[in-house]
Amino acid sequence: MSIHTKTIAQLAQGLQDKEFSSVEITQHYLDRIKQSDLNAFITVTDELAIAQAQAADDKIASGGASILTGIPYAHKDIFCTQGVKTSAGSKMLDNFISPYDATVSHQLNQADLVMLGKANMDEFAMGSSNENSFYGAVKNPWDKSKIPGGSSGGSAAAVAGGLSCFATGTDTGGSIRQPASLCGITGLKPTYGRVSRYGMIAYASSLDQAGPMTKTAQDAAIVLNAMAGFDDKDSTSAEQAVPDYTANLNDSIKGLTIGLPKEFFSDGLDDGVATQVMNAVKEFEAMGAIVKEITLPNSAYAIPTYYIVAPCECSSNLSRMDGVRYGHRCDNPKDLEDLYLRSRSEGFGAEVKRRIMIGAYALSAGYYDAYYLKAQKTRHLISDDFKKAFAEVDVIMGPVSPTTAFDLGSVKDPVSMYLADIYTLSANLAGLPGMSIPAGFSNKLPVGLQLIGNYWSESKLLNIAHQFQQQTDWHTKTPEEG
Amino acid sequence: MSLSEAQVTQIAYLARLSLSDDELQDNTKDLNDILGLAEQLGAIETDNIEPMAHPLHMTQRLRADVVTETDQSELFQSIAPKTGNGHYLVPTVIE
Repeated sequence: MSIHTKTIAQLAQGLQDKEFSSVEITQHYLDRIKQSDLNAFITVTDELAIAQAQAADDKIASGGASILTGIPYAHKDIFCTQGVKTSAGSKMLDNFISPYDATVSHQLNQADLVMLGKANMDEFAMGSSNENSFYGAVKNPWDKSKIPGGSSGGSAAAVAGGLSCFATGTDTGGSIRQPASLCGITGLKPTYGRVSRYGMIAYASSLDQAGPMTKTAQDAAIVLNAMAGFDDKDSTSAEQAVPDYTANLNDSIKGLTIGLPKEFFSDGLDDGVATQVMNAVKEFEAMGAIVKEITLPNSAYAIPTYYIVAPCECSSNLSRMDGVRYGHRCDNPKDLEDLYLRSRSEGFGAEVKRRIMIGAYALSAGYYDAYYLKAQKTRHLISDDFKKAFAEVDVIMGPVSPTTAFDLGSVKDPVSMYLADIYTLSANLAGLPGMSIPAGFSNKLPVGLQLIGNYWSESKLLNIAHQFQQQTDWHTKTPEEG
Repeated sequence: MSLSEAQVTQIAYLARLSLSDDELQDNTKDLNDILGLAEQLGAIETDNIEPMAHPLHMTQRLRADVVTETDQSELFQSIAPKTGNGHYLVPTVIE
């Protein structure tokens, strides 16, 4: 077994047993990144990584190591990292060397992890294919003519392609779960407020949530232990105790009630994806779970609701990018207005401009009630659907994405791209935790199974995913074999 | 209802964006398509439904009124496009 197919748990054991050092595994990953053509990274921090690995090796030698000490990871380029370029995939922040650390960056440093670099992503996390990055599209390691998913496409490709042991991601409308699904890895979007948003460049503040992208559910639990927690620097951070997410991984799931929303299996779902998802559900039945059909009647409205709410919040959040205090400034502005107009028009890409304009319009005088207020009310209905469902079932399962990874450059109009987010958006609108776990292949491309849990049920989701991964080996498949 | 190119130019200006002719044409089509999608919301009865501002209906915390930030203006201004005497510089606004 080579280094880059090992999980966090396996690498940690090897480090403890002196089978290899953190410097050795870090160098192994850096070499692989150098040889890779996936475009998974915007910035590779090789010197910093080696220095962190050396410090980790010292700590392991002196006996103060934790399970994460010396493990190399890829950090989505949306998290501020002090002294390291933090671009959010945008030309606007191409010159932005963050003067401070995001809370998540700080937590991962405290855990003695080794940051290999900053992972590519759709500009300001707006996209489902990673084709909206200023730094170019990321390729899917399973088939380099396909998209890796987005917006955390670089993170997913890095883990699936053996360029990092795990990665961080953020999920506003599916940006952890969908690329995890399309690249065949495990991704967890926690409950809104579980992980601090401080220093995570904001897209849609009431929806954004960070989480781990890993090879296994066990690894996701280990990483979430380091990421989760209350942060008084984030006004929407939850004052909720953090359990040990690894503690319940081995619990039996006999008697677990699984809800299958009929709306998630309707027209538009690819047959190959549906087959793999249903096979996974059957596997759970064989493990003693009970399956029930449920209904989420308003889930079809998740698309219009999300594509009003998120652009409104982004138009507000991105107003700070004005060419005055940091980021891109146009050459020779003739007056202040010219400075704003040209800096923003040059700095933002097409999809970001589109969403800013939708938001500016939907929030403008005379249209607020018809769009934003209406969407916020619909959001309440979508959330209530889940409340009713969780009175009957322990977990909701379904597909993550209607299809497997599609061809790079094949989806050109924005609305068609938005429609592919149908199964992931509602968990963000309700603030619920969700996962994607590998559940098989269709036409040699990975298919993910989505799990959606009730608020604060991350331990339960991880337990369910881990039990599935004890019975199946989809999560151990790597592109190199095929 | 559908947005005209003139309206899209006005929306872009509200967001302090300027669009080239090609961008204006593309965005007029795309914005109309997206708003067409949003029209679906009109089919839902929401008369007695409260808008959902926060997924967990939490209220904002208050903190003690004490200074917690230190002065890091030099560090912050080191990444600014243009500064002078501790200020961020922009083209002259008032002569």
